[in-house]
Amino acid sequence: MALKMVKGSIDRMFDKNLQDLVRGIRNHKEDEAKYISQCIDEIKQELKQDNIAVKANAVCKLTYLQMLGYDISWAAFNIIEVMSASKFTFKRIGYLAASQCFHEGTDVIMLTTNQIRKDLSSPSQYDTGVALTGLSCFVTPDLARDLANDIMTLMSHTKPYIRKKAVLIMYKVFLKYPESLRPAFPRLKEKLEDPDPGVQSAAVNVICELARRNPKNYLSLAPLFFKLMTSSTNNWVLIKIIKLFGALTPLEPRLGKKLIEPLTNLIHSTSAMSLLYECVNTVIAVLISLSSGMPNHSASIQLCVQKLRILIEDSDQNLKYLGLLAMSKILRTHPKSVQAHKDLVLQCLDDKDESIRLRALDLLYGMVSKKNLVEIVKKLMSHVDKAEGTTYRDELLTKIIDICSQCNYQHITNFQWYISVLVELTRLEGTRHGHLIAAQMLDVAIRVKAIRKFAVSQMSALLDSAHLVASSTQRNGICEVLYAAAWICGEFSEHLQEPHQTLEAMLRPKVTTLPGHIQAVYVQNVVKLYASILQQKEQAAEPEAAQDVTQLMVDRLPQFVQSADLEVQERASCILQLVKHIQKLQAKDVPVAEEVSALFAGELNPVAPKAQKKVPVPEGLDLDAWINEPPSDSESEDEKPKAIFHEEEPRPAKPRQLEADEEELARRREARKQEQANNPFYIKSSPSPQKRYQDMPGVEHIPVVQIDLSVPLKVPGMPVSDQYVKLEEERRHRQRLEKDRKKKKKKDKEKKGKPRRHSSLHTESDEDIAPAQQVDIVTEEMPENALPSDEDDKDPNDPYRALDIDLDKPLADSEKLPVQKHRNTDTSKSPEKEDVPVVEKKVRKPKKKEKKHREKGREKREKGKEQKEGEDLDFWLSATPLPAAAPAPEEPGVNAVIAASKEEGEEPGREERGAEEDEEDERDPEKKSSKRKKKQHKKEKEERSKDKKKSKKKKPPSDEAAEPVENGALDEDPLPPMSSYCLLAENSYIKMTYDIQGSLQKDSQVTVSVVLENQSSSFLKSMELNVLDSLNTKLARPEGSSVHDGVPVPFQLPPGISNEAQFVFTIQSIVMAQKLKGTLSFIAKNDEGSTHEKLDFKLHFSCTSYLVTTPCYSDAFAKLLESGDLSMSSIKVDGISMSFQNLLAKICFHHHFSVVERVDSCASMYSRSIQGHHVCLLVKKVSGKAWGPAKLPSPPRLPDTNVLPEPPAEASPGGTQTGWGGRDVQPLPEASVQQGQDLPPQAQVRAGHPAVRAAQEGTGIAECGAGPEAGRAAAPWRGAR
Amino acid sequence: MIKAILIFNNHGKPRLVRFYQRFSEDTQQQIIRETFHLVSKRDENVCNFLEGGLLIGGSDNKLIYRHYATLYFVFCVDSSESELGILDLIQVFVETLDKCFENVCELDLIFHVDKVHNILAEMVMGGMVLETNMNEIVTQIDAQNKLEKSETFIFQSPRQDR
Repeated sequence: MALKMVKGSIDRMFDKNLQDLVRGIRNHKEDEAKYISQCIDEIKQELKQDNIAVKANAVCKLTYLQMLGYDISWAAFNIIEVMSASKFTFKRIGYLAASQCFHEGTDVIMLTTNQIRKDLSSPSQYDTGVALTGLSCFVTPDLARDLANDIMTLMSHTKPYIRKKAVLIMYKVFLKYPESLRPAFPRLKEKLEDPDPGVQSAAVNVICELARRNPKNYLSLAPLFFKLMTSSTNNWVLIKIIKLFGALTPLEPRLGKKLIEPLTNLIHSTSAMSLLYECVNTVIAVLISLSSGMPNHSASIQLCVQKLRILIEDSDQNLKYLGLLAMSKILRTHPKSVQAHKDLVLQCLDDKDESIRLRALDLLYGMVSKKNLVEIVKKLMSHVDKAEGTTYRDELLTKIIDICSQCNYQHITNFQWYISVLVELTRLEGTRHGHLIAAQMLDVAIRVKAIRKFAVSQMSALLDSAHLVASSTQRNGICEVLYAAAWICGEFSEHLQEPHQTLEAMLRPKVTTLPGHIQAVYVQNVVKLYASILQQKEQAAEPEAAQDVTQLMVDRLPQFVQSADLEVQERASCILQLVKHIQKLQAKDVPVAEEVSALFAGELNPVAPKAQKKVPVPEGLDLDAWINEPPSDSESEDEKPKAIFHEEEPRPAKPRQLEADEEELARRREARKQEQANNPFYIKSSPSPQKRYQDMPGVEHIPVVQIDLSVPLKVPGMPVSDQYVKLEEERRHRQRLEKDRKKKKKKDKEKKGKPRRHSSLHTESDEDIAPAQQVDIVTEEMPENALPSDEDDKDPNDPYRALDIDLDKPLADSEKLPVQKHRNTDTSKSPEKEDVPVVEKKVRKPKKKEKKHREKGREKREKGKEQKEGEDLDFWLSATPLPAAAPAPEEPGVNAVIAASKEEGEEPGREERGAEEDEEDERDPEKKSSKRKKKQHKKEKEERSKDKKKSKKKKPPSDEAAEPVENGALDEDPLPPMSSYCLLAENSYIKMTYDIQGSLQKDSQVTVSVVLENQSSSFLKSMELNVLDSLNTKLARPEGSSVHDGVPVPFQLPPGISNEAQFVFTIQSIVMAQKLKGTLSFIAKNDEGSTHEKLDFKLHFSCTSYLVTTPCYSDAFAKLLESGDLSMSSIKVDGISMSFQNLLAKICFHHHFSVVERVDSCASMYSRSIQGHHVCLLVKKVSGKAWGPAKLPSPPRLPDTNVLPEPPAEASPGGTQTGWGGRDVQPLPEASVQQGQDLPPQAQVRAGHPAVRAAQEGTGIAECGAGPEAGRAAAPWRGAR
Repeated sequence: MIKAILIFNNHGKPRLVRFYQRFSEDTQQQIIRETFHLVSKRDENVCNFLEGGLLIGGSDNKLIYRHYATLYFVFCVDSSESELGILDLIQVFVETLDKCFENVCELDLIFHVDKVHNILAEMVMGGMVLETNMNEIVTQIDAQNKLEKSETFIFQSPRQDR
């Protein structure tokens, strides 16, 4: 051992540390990769060594290499080893490496759960801190579920340093494990008013992050935040809160009304630009929410715009950028106020900073009107020419298209102009947005009937020009417009002036260099053109000309037949055959034009992209129903070889399954909506316009709104967009003269023809100008009774959706966080499976379950509360806004809400709250009371008597599947903060706390962990711990030392630092409780010199110290009880004030029990001694009194005993002992109850071994105290006797 | 939320890489390269915000950076963070580094990445701002260093004995 250590130390001297590695890499610039691979080999060697310091050093180097891009996931296990080092130095290295490279796919991550839990409860705040930091980076759903409760406990830690980290990490936990949100939220809310500003800020941070995603659930917190906003001086907190309000106001306009005043004040008073900016932003949000139906807040808008202008004109580019950003928000609702600053925006377009130019572009989008569109686009076009980088140019291009096409081409008065702009844009080389232009061309040509003739002429010119074909190399490049051009020319070929010329252009050999999908469109549309030419020629009685065209086709089509693109090839071959056939007919002088045109008869209407989705399912059609019954699983397995026709079946079955899930989702959504509708306090969003369609019956007719107003168009040859500016001016002048008359007409038309187009808001300036052509925009086809679809845009995979949880509803009993399991995991023989389905179920159907709980948990009283809260919020909001100078009258409202919501949080367990609060102020009052308790215990000991039965039978394995609830039952309780460490001794220098742990592996050893905390300003060293061994219990000393030597503590303590030392004790018999006297000697060194100091203590081994938490499955448990080998006794304890859950949790935590099953207020618990004795415990709360008389060990409801009536608690004071299997009910003699008095509250104990019985009597479980409450609980009971 | 914090020098060499969202090592390097490419070509007197953190999750994100001597400090954040606030945070970060390293320079970051990580961990946790008060950060860092020192002493003692 010693040799190993020496070897490790020597090795270490030759190892490279991080600095050496970095230096080495810098010295090997030319063969860096080789050098690093050499280093990785060294690291691999180092990782194989036992010395943890060497490992940590290696992991540290790996972390550096990870930054350089090397995958270090292969070392994940070693990283975990380093994480579990006892020294902070190494632990920190381990956690850092883990946070850099662990993720959900890391398979060893599940091994960390217990280590992290241990670190979280570590007495050293930095161990805890480092674990929290690391966990925040790699938390997985499993870790979140398992550790949620531990972290929640830390939220009430005494140190603000831990509190703020714990609060912050909760957000990550919520994300990964949404079920934890409701149980944890009340405490999170408390933290908003934490005395420490850091914790407060963390809580604000988390709630803002949550509220940003699902604001409506957090509206009820508005009064609290309002209070914080008016009281806090921390700009960080203010910014967050103000941002939060920005998210809340759209949901509740009254809130906005209240906010305007204080925000305006802040804007005037603050000197911090960041705060000012966020205030302006939120005021804008408020104004947006108020814009409908509220008196004009023109003063506020003016103020905002004014401040923003100052920002934009600032020389600081950052402020300029942000000013533009905020300006674009105002633009949406108050375009007029912004349009006044058009000069400023246009000026920013010329800024050298691209970010700023982009923002200015955004602004332009909202500034256009019918009046200035042409002018602005002209300016942008000139920028396009000047733009240097393709990115910016592409951005310009998309912006031009966005600006023009916005709101169904609302601002375009002259589509000829728009088409020519698009054509001009095709001259852009190297753009990636060819498809955008193409889509616009198609859209306009299809939807604006009157423009088709003009469009066709422009498109044919495009097809003719060669430059586009030349640029065909780039995907999505500008050649995409040819796709549109070909289609338009083909589809609307009747408008073509010179179809023959276009046809030839489309059949040029060069075309074959285009991408396949464009060629395919070419081939198809060539036929359309051909058909129309044929018809033309036949009507003109020119059969020769018709035959010439056919010949042209026959000559040129083969070039497409040879195409490598399948689509092109197939289309071309078909068409070639068709044309050859026509050729034959033509040779016989048969008129064919009619038939060929018939191929393309009818007009294509535009269809809305979502139309298909919105067609409601007709009555009587069940999409979930099977068309053919699917083969059952077993069948398909057995009969696979035979079922030839069934083989296809499994494949379609899969998508159907998915559909069913979607249906399920939809149903839940409906249910939720229903619930929201029934909830009077749920703030409904204004019904979407589409909802009105809901009542319309039937799908029979899906009409297209379409009124044809064909107005002749003058087609001025090949215009360039510029000339339209002039034309436009003239036209408008003329128009103004006959304005009045037209206006009237136009309005009539609008009413009839364009319901959709004008649904968006009109600015007055628009009304002045009527469109040049009376083009009708054919609306997209959409079923009239389309279903409302607010959810259309939501991504079902959005992780934040899972957090859309109503937080105002009171917690149901069942909504609890999983309670931590203890140190040693089980060796239970029952299959793990039993636990798994519960978890899975929970994860899969959280909503459903939750709803159930809510319904269950909803009582009249709670309803009343809820109502109260709702009213309070209403009251708070409806109170007239007051000048910030006199906020006093608001206070009552604010307080009332807070009070109400607090009470509500308390609802699920009033007692629990009491318990928590007791603990929160000082974590360990138990330590203080421990002396008093010790005295009690002496007395108790005397009173004890025995009652034995022998049992050596082992727990029988069981195949019977138990109900899955059992072992998970307690997993859902929230736990007040607990520490298993009790005070050992304390003086002015040092404080010692200790915890005793046994392990199943070593049946005669326990480990005592002693935390030493330096409370003085001296440096403590040479610490040595010694105890006076008893016959039964001996301290394990290093080899070769005598029984009188102490054991050195392997560390020193600087002032204020604490550290943990572990000592092993060997035990002969676990029957007896033991007290060992001991001394800690140390040297305290300070400025004045050093002194030898001593601290005496009594180390107390209670009998439960020898118990080891061992999970037990209820089937095994039932068998154990049935065996009858256990002896038993019971006890009743009065005056316990904590909740049942907490009581169980405490028994579990302090006495190493685990809950086997819990039914209402009755629980079976199990534990095992280090020597393998079974200890079973039944804890029962008797109704009516506070957790009182548990004299009655009534049968717990085990799976097969549900039928047994539960004996009334008060009826038989002696209690009944029941066969746990549900048989032989026999009363228990009074005496046996008496004997068990020293047992923990409400306990019935069946011990599997006399030794354990004795152990219980030796010191008793109650004695070590289940926290302060247990002490308190014990006192009245003793008094009563 | 802060999505990532990157520090690299004028040549694009990473000095600290901290992602709060999982990316493979290759993607990380690609993001660093791309970010460097975006940031390095900007003039000194343009704004410190950049849109188009294309690689890290879309349009909601922004790059907010500062350039100090040879180093770029780049934060990739989403819309829940205040832009000017993050600029201040970078400033606090750099000042804290300066305090902890006493006149910090690139070499300190090169040889003591782990320490820089530890300092950062006291400021930003899991992508959320933990502490902005420089004194508080320095106090915690000092206390941890002290603890580490006390441990190193014990650790080395066997070697000294022999």
